Amino acid sequence: MLIQSLVLSAVLFAIGVAGVLLRRNAIVMFMCIELMLNAVNLFLVAVSRYAGIEGQIFVMFVMTVAAAEAAVGLAIIISIFRHYESVDVRNFRLLRW
Amino acid sequence: MVGLPVLDSLLALVQEATTHEHAYVPFLPSWMILLPFIGFVVNGAVGYLGPDRRRLVSVVGPGVLGLSFLVAAVNLVLLMGVHDAEPVIRSYWTWMEVGQLRIEAALQLDQLSVIMALVVTCVSFIIHVYSIGYMREDPGYARYFSFLNLFVFFMLVLVLAANFALMFVGWEGVGLCSYLLIGFWFTEPAKADAGQKAFIVNRIGDFGFLVAMFALFAYLGTLDFQAVFAIAPRAFEYGGAAITLITLFLFLGCTGKSAQIPLYVWLPDAMHGPTPVSALIHAATMVTAGVYLVARTGVLFALAPLSMSVVAVVGAVTATFAATIAVQQFDIKRVIAYSTISQIGYMFLAVGVGAYTAGIFHLATHAFFKALLFLASGAVIHAMHHALEHVGAEAGEDVTQDMRNMGGLVSYLPTTFRAAWIGALALAGIFPLAGFFSKDEIIWSAGARGQTVLWVLALLTALLTAGYITRWLVMVFHGASRVEEGARRHLHAAPTVMLVALALLAVGSVASGWVNVPEAVPLLPEFTWLHQFLHPSFAAAEHVLVEHMGEAAQAAPLGGGEGTWAMLSTIAALLVVIFTFMALRGKKYAAAREAAEPGGLWRPLYRKWYVDELYDLVIVRPFKALCRFSWRVIDQGLIDGALVDGVAYTTRFGGWVVSRFQTGYVGTYVLIIVLGVLIILGALAL
Repeated sequence: MLIQSLVLSAVLFAIGVAGVLLRRNAIVMFMCIELMLNAVNLFLVAVSRYAGIEGQIFVMFVMTVAAAEAAVGLAIIISIFRHYESVDVRNFRLLRW
Repeated sequence: MVGLPVLDSLLALVQEATTHEHAYVPFLPSWMILLPFIGFVVNGAVGYLGPDRRRLVSVVGPGVLGLSFLVAAVNLVLLMGVHDAEPVIRSYWTWMEVGQLRIEAALQLDQLSVIMALVVTCVSFIIHVYSIGYMREDPGYARYFSFLNLFVFFMLVLVLAANFALMFVGWEGVGLCSYLLIGFWFTEPAKADAGQKAFIVNRIGDFGFLVAMFALFAYLGTLDFQAVFAIAPRAFEYGGAAITLITLFLFLGCTGKSAQIPLYVWLPDAMHGPTPVSALIHAATMVTAGVYLVARTGVLFALAPLSMSVVAVVGAVTATFAATIAVQQFDIKRVIAYSTISQIGYMFLAVGVGAYTAGIFHLATHAFFKALLFLASGAVIHAMHHALEHVGAEAGEDVTQDMRNMGGLVSYLPTTFRAAWIGALALAGIFPLAGFFSKDEIIWSAGARGQTVLWVLALLTALLTAGYITRWLVMVFHGASRVEEGARRHLHAAPTVMLVALALLAVGSVASGWVNVPEAVPLLPEFTWLHQFLHPSFAAAEHVLVEHMGEAAQAAPLGGGEGTWAMLSTIAALLVVIFTFMALRGKKYAAAREAAEPGGLWRPLYRKWYVDELYDLVIVRPFKALCRFSWRVIDQGLIDGALVDGVAYTTRFGGWVVSRFQTGYVGTYVLIIVLGVLIILGALAL
């Protein structure tokens, strides 16, 4: 079981990374970040079955932080959308030289 | 302010006199110095706070000097009562203590320092009084008096210091005050420049003083006068290289401060200051500091015969050289300025041949008659300035001080005229005025020490002196008036307070010579008070001299004794005075504006032997070129360009390169983060 769980989590994480790198829609990128977080959660839960309870406790923290991050991130994206009427990150290049 | 300590000390004095104790106990020596400093503080504060408190300044400025003079006089009387008194050192606190070096803030009171202090305070007091009238209308009245007080403070520190370091404080302090006062009217560039010139030229001399001081400490481990003079004869080989170099460096300091060849060029320019300043600082007191230093360190110089010769030769040559220049100057103050250089040359000649008393004697008498001449010039300039200004004519320095614009002032300024004649005759060395006694003693000393060439130079200078000062008198006071027609009737005598000062100095110019009547002048009682009084101060140096060079001769190089030559020279000087007077009285001078430059043989004299031009060519221009090079190439090119700007450009370029990574795209950042993580993971895996 462990191997399958780890493979699944790795696949999910890779999908998340690919999504962040390739997609230009901020919402989708955001969802991909959530995907990566949850891939990590899955990994931790799977490992904790063999290595001890700490992994599950850690998952609780990650979910809390992810919830907070989701709230803040969505708020930012919404305000950006109100400003630019777009969520395409190619339009947002204020932070350059 | 000084009431209680003065009273206490007077009581102590009375007690002392009644108990017949035969030791010299100084009377309030610190107050002698403190009083002028208090004056400086008070006048400085008045200058800042209430510019119109002139009456307070007029009382405090000269007042503190008067009290200081009294203290000095009491000390002199006390010292006179004690035979061969040992120097008294009063130590107040330890100024600095570093390893072996320990310098006390200590005053040395002995015959030499007390007599110097007396001369300084006396002449300063009279000149302060004169200044009340001269500077009356000046907006910087309080500032002027505070500087003048500060100057006297530093001069007294110089004179009374008990070690080289403290003396150097006074030495630098008087230089500073000289700078401040030459450039007193600093809004005019020429005057501010003159102040800087004095300061910079003096720095060269100060360098010599410092080097000598360091060397003395390195060799002897102390800077206290008494200790140095006690150890020196044993520590240094007679005529050795070390002592010769030390004394030569000391003398370099003297040439700067006392305006001798080669560093005399600042003094004529110093005449841009107010005239009482010229009288006090650039004639009577500060410029004689070098003579005082050589006399004070007589033991060291006596150990270095070569340095003694250098001092004597420089003195004699400067005396003649400056006297020749004075012959063809037209500025009323410049003539006297060159005369001052020349007379200080005499003093150096005296101390250079080991006649320390004669040098100090001439220093004292010269202080009186030179101050008198300067103050008389001041009265003339004052009258000229006011008259010309009154009629609305141009009244700048170059007009009011040019003797070609004067003439016939005798009928307008009778008192000044009499004072000027007394001063001039005293300077010319005519019996029985002060200059006769002191100058002839110097000339005689040079001959008696077998310095024939210097003796001849000194005699020649005496004749030149008589010539130029008579020319000065004639051009200013006699002949037809060349003052502008309309301004003539507005010429008026100086305020009473100035005339009183002139009278006091005239008395000094007549009387001060009598403290030391040479032994061999016929028909006069022998009265060598000053010799006997100063003997303890110079005994050590004279001992070294006699030990190595033998006694001075009793006959001049051409035969004849002191009395004979004194009579001969005074008669010759008198003849020169009469001849010059007759020759120039009827001479017509063109007004300064139309006058052509003197031609023929006179031109080099008029142009001051082209020394300023020579210095300009040899020193100032190369130095300016060097400065320009340092400015343009080293500073602007190398430091500003290569270093400062270079660092900035490099940093900016580096920043530009790195900032290319800052695309602003989230995707780029994510990609770089992922790549970074992969690289780290890869590195860990390997």
